[in-house]
Amino acid sequence: MIRITRKIEFAAAHFYHNPNFSAEENRRVFGKCNNPHGHGHNYVLEVTVAGEPDPATGMLLDLKELKGILNREVAERMDHRHLNYEVPELAGQIPTCENIAAVIWRLLESKITKGKLDRVRLYESPDLFVDCTAETNGRRAGERV
Amino acid sequence: MSQPLHVSLTRRYRFAASHRLHNPQLDQAENLRLYGKCANPYGHGHNYTLQVTVTGPVNPETGMIANLGELDPFVEQNVLEAFDYKYLNEDVREFESTIPTTENVCREIYRRLRPFPSAKIEKVRIEETSNNSFEYSDEG
Repeated sequence: MIRITRKIEFAAAHFYHNPNFSAEENRRVFGKCNNPHGHGHNYVLEVTVAGEPDPATGMLLDLKELKGILNREVAERMDHRHLNYEVPELAGQIPTCENIAAVIWRLLESKITKGKLDRVRLYESPDLFVDCTAETNGRRAGERV
Repeated sequence: MSQPLHVSLTRRYRFAASHRLHNPQLDQAENLRLYGKCANPYGHGHNYTLQVTVTGPVNPETGMIANLGELDPFVEQNVLEAFDYKYLNEDVREFESTIPTTENVCREIYRRLRPFPSAKIEKVRIEETSNNSFEYSDEG
């Protein structure tokens, strides 16, 4: 199996606030991420597609197509946006790295038609990232046991 | 059609430490043959990069697998305070009896982090230099 990873970046604002919590509890749980005016990150998204190359082209997929999908599905929705207010797929969720990565997985999984979506890795900063993979008995799809 | 997702969160930390690879049951010539310059008697150091990966359900109330407000101090208290700016061979008790190769450092850090109460520690990865990295997980 071949895995291909394409990277894009987007810049967005967010803050963490749970309306079911008191103001004090929000501050305690979310710390400075609770600042109601928000703050932002340069997110780095790495999307991995797995499959077998087409013998006619030697390619698993056309990276131009993948770039187009990532731009349409992710960058156009999230780049230079406020994730709490402007991304309907995140409505009702706290826009943590975990939730954003899962939303991105759901946006992409049906759009990848050549090969299979294998992993979504979203960096909030160089020191923090989240991986989403398909759950297969607790192991990543294709991973050796 | 949506399948269940496996979500993990990885946080990167850094520590600087010295070590020496030396097996006391071997003579110095044999140690030098085995470990090369890593066996030099006064030790040497690295800027280690530590990646800690946690996994588990995403709490719908917080959107988080683990709150960094809990993970960061847990790693600080259980690993970084003991390892950062230390000589691993003499300052970390476990390395009095095991050789502080980065394989063993990975395993020791995993052992120290495993009791983290809020999520499962899935993997510990250490970059000893930008050219060498080591991973430890308990998956057998």
